[in-house]
Amino acid sequence: MASSSPLDVSCPTPSGAYERIVLGHGSGGRLSRDLLRDVFLEELGATQLDHEEDQSSFDVEAGRLAFTTDSFVVSPLFFPGGNIGDLAVNGTVNDLAVGGATPLRLSAAFILEEGLPVERLRTVVRSMRRASVEAGAAIVTGDTKVVERGKADGLFITTTGVGMVPAGRRLSAKNARPGDRVLVSGMLGDHGIAVLAKRDGIELETEVVSDTAPLSGLVEALLAAAPDARSMRDPTRGGLASALNEIAASSGVGIELDERLIPLRTQVRAVCELLGLDPLYVASEGRLVAIVPPESEAAAIEAMRAHPLGRDAVALGTVVDEHRGRLSLRTLVSGKRFVPMLAGEQLPRIC
Amino acid sequence: MKYVEEYRDRSAAERIAAAIAAAATRRWVLMEVCGGQTHAILRYGIDDLLEQSVELLHGPGCPVCVTPLETIDRAHAIAMQPGVMFCSFGDMLRVPGSNGDLFALRARGADIRVVYSPLDAVALAEKHPDREVVFFAVGFETTAPANAMAALVAHRKKIRNFSLLVSHVLVPPAITAILQSPESRVNGFLGPGHVCTVMGTSEYAAIAEHYRVPIVITGFEPLDLLEGVLAAVRMLERGEVGAPVQYGRAVRDEGNAESRRVVDELFDVTDRKWRGVGMIPKSGHRFRYEYRHFDAETRFDVHAVETREAAECISGRVLRGIDRPTDCPAFGTRCTPETPLGATMVSAEGACAAYFAYGREPERRLPLVSAAARPEKLGGRNGAFR
Repeated sequence: MASSSPLDVSCPTPSGAYERIVLGHGSGGRLSRDLLRDVFLEELGATQLDHEEDQSSFDVEAGRLAFTTDSFVVSPLFFPGGNIGDLAVNGTVNDLAVGGATPLRLSAAFILEEGLPVERLRTVVRSMRRASVEAGAAIVTGDTKVVERGKADGLFITTTGVGMVPAGRRLSAKNARPGDRVLVSGMLGDHGIAVLAKRDGIELETEVVSDTAPLSGLVEALLAAAPDARSMRDPTRGGLASALNEIAASSGVGIELDERLIPLRTQVRAVCELLGLDPLYVASEGRLVAIVPPESEAAAIEAMRAHPLGRDAVALGTVVDEHRGRLSLRTLVSGKRFVPMLAGEQLPRIC
Repeated sequence: MKYVEEYRDRSAAERIAAAIAAAATRRWVLMEVCGGQTHAILRYGIDDLLEQSVELLHGPGCPVCVTPLETIDRAHAIAMQPGVMFCSFGDMLRVPGSNGDLFALRARGADIRVVYSPLDAVALAEKHPDREVVFFAVGFETTAPANAMAALVAHRKKIRNFSLLVSHVLVPPAITAILQSPESRVNGFLGPGHVCTVMGTSEYAAIAEHYRVPIVITGFEPLDLLEGVLAAVRMLERGEVGAPVQYGRAVRDEGNAESRRVVDELFDVTDRKWRGVGMIPKSGHRFRYEYRHFDAETRFDVHAVETREAAECISGRVLRGIDRPTDCPAFGTRCTPETPLGATMVSAEGACAAYFAYGREPERRLPLVSAAARPEKLGGRNGAFR
């Protein structure tokens, strides 16, 4: 096996002189080491990744840890507004953030398909670094495996994150009470439609860009203004409908939305209309759903709107003491219907 | 979105709903004929909005739902033959036959392709001259012209490895069958707007006149449906009959003559069985003699098939407007869109699937208006229609 050993670590020569991933990159041997050095250490920076040990360790203050994991299989890997790397970091950061946790550290495990261009991997890893710096949670450990061509679709990533929940903070899907208000931080469904449009070659006059973003800053801003917020979710797979159905079921309350108040871009509306999709089920990857007591609504909205990720924040519904465990919708024409959990998969592989 | 959102305006909707409530001296029973209308009614909660003034029954206008089991089983028999490439619109793939659905056949190795136009199937036939390409031609008068055109294109290009399994059905005979049924509780209809863009309005005017019912030819947006209901309720209150057009922005009285010409060139009218409803005279299409080589049933000799319908499924009663989906004990439990017992739970236009998608439950409905409450002067006349 040909193998070059560039001595200069900062040399951007593709890993081991290969332009594409080969099975040897997952061998644990020399090629694996080259890939680690030339791509992961190079892009993430040695400050993030400790490659000397089989684990990463760090000190934490005494308190409550939050811990979460998520896998990413989005197709295509690159889409308007981001790529699988941004998504993998933001997704896990957001799962920590909506629990009120401050993200601390992340891990990333990669399954690479033989033949993946090394430069594509490099771009993805670079995006992961940028996203992790923005979220304030370094990627400190990871793993790479390679499978034969045809056994994966380019690149799959699993990220895991730990965060710290400040004392006294108890956000939970179980906390919603009748009278509470339902808020969202911005336009819904951009991510799902951006990926779908790219994948299916749907051409729009104005491109829809994924909303993928880390929500920890927005959550902190909201909690500073409304410390009594009850629960938060990021409406990813299954969209707003699934997020709110889960809260309704966990809290044993009903939730009522007004269809007229649901913030949707014209292009998202139009694509949903054309394809017969219900935007209530389309994923966002950088939006926050928050349930707050009515007396905190104004402060929460104001705080979100002052944050760059919450400019279009609105209240769009209320928690009620009827139809417990279910989500209802007052439609555009003021009829009422229920919005059940999604049956089956509306849009596969969008995250 | 221009030309759509104007028809979803809340204040206009509330105004029309109030006018309907003011006009109705009793709770009238209206049937929307078309599956697209059923979907919109449930999607926008229009049945809920009008609950006190009208009961909306859902008609047989979902082509996937009424395609008879025998035809589905024939499709399966054809698709399993070696060398066949079987093409269909996506929603037919999940419709249960006597032994599973087309997805299950595909998993067992049958070459089943989802196409978005019958012309895509013609193109596949042209590209694969060594294969027999069959298109599953399901639909109402709206779909028939495109299917006829596909056969005509294949005919002109002399493509010999292309055929169609035809299950076209026609709306007017189905309305007539419902009006003739002693179980029917229907006082008036919202007519199928899109079908009338092709067929024009004369067939509906004749039925309305003969059976003394209002048939308001209606569109598919919420305000269309509300306007259609208002017109029907006003006609019922005044004892008027006829087939006025609410959907004037799309429907002309004479329809689309060119589309009808293509259909008439290829097909003649024949008796057809409707799933859940039974045989309806002169309610479907078959290839004319000179085009019979396009008929997949003849080409593959699949006339004798033994069928088995799920015993528990009440889709026939749902399609005739006798029962509602939520009257079925299997609804939402043993029968869901993932595991449908009947076709009405499969297509987005099927009443059962729409009830499921929009979370309808039995307990929140008002009781059914009984057949006895139907005024004598309306409908229910015996004898075949012309």
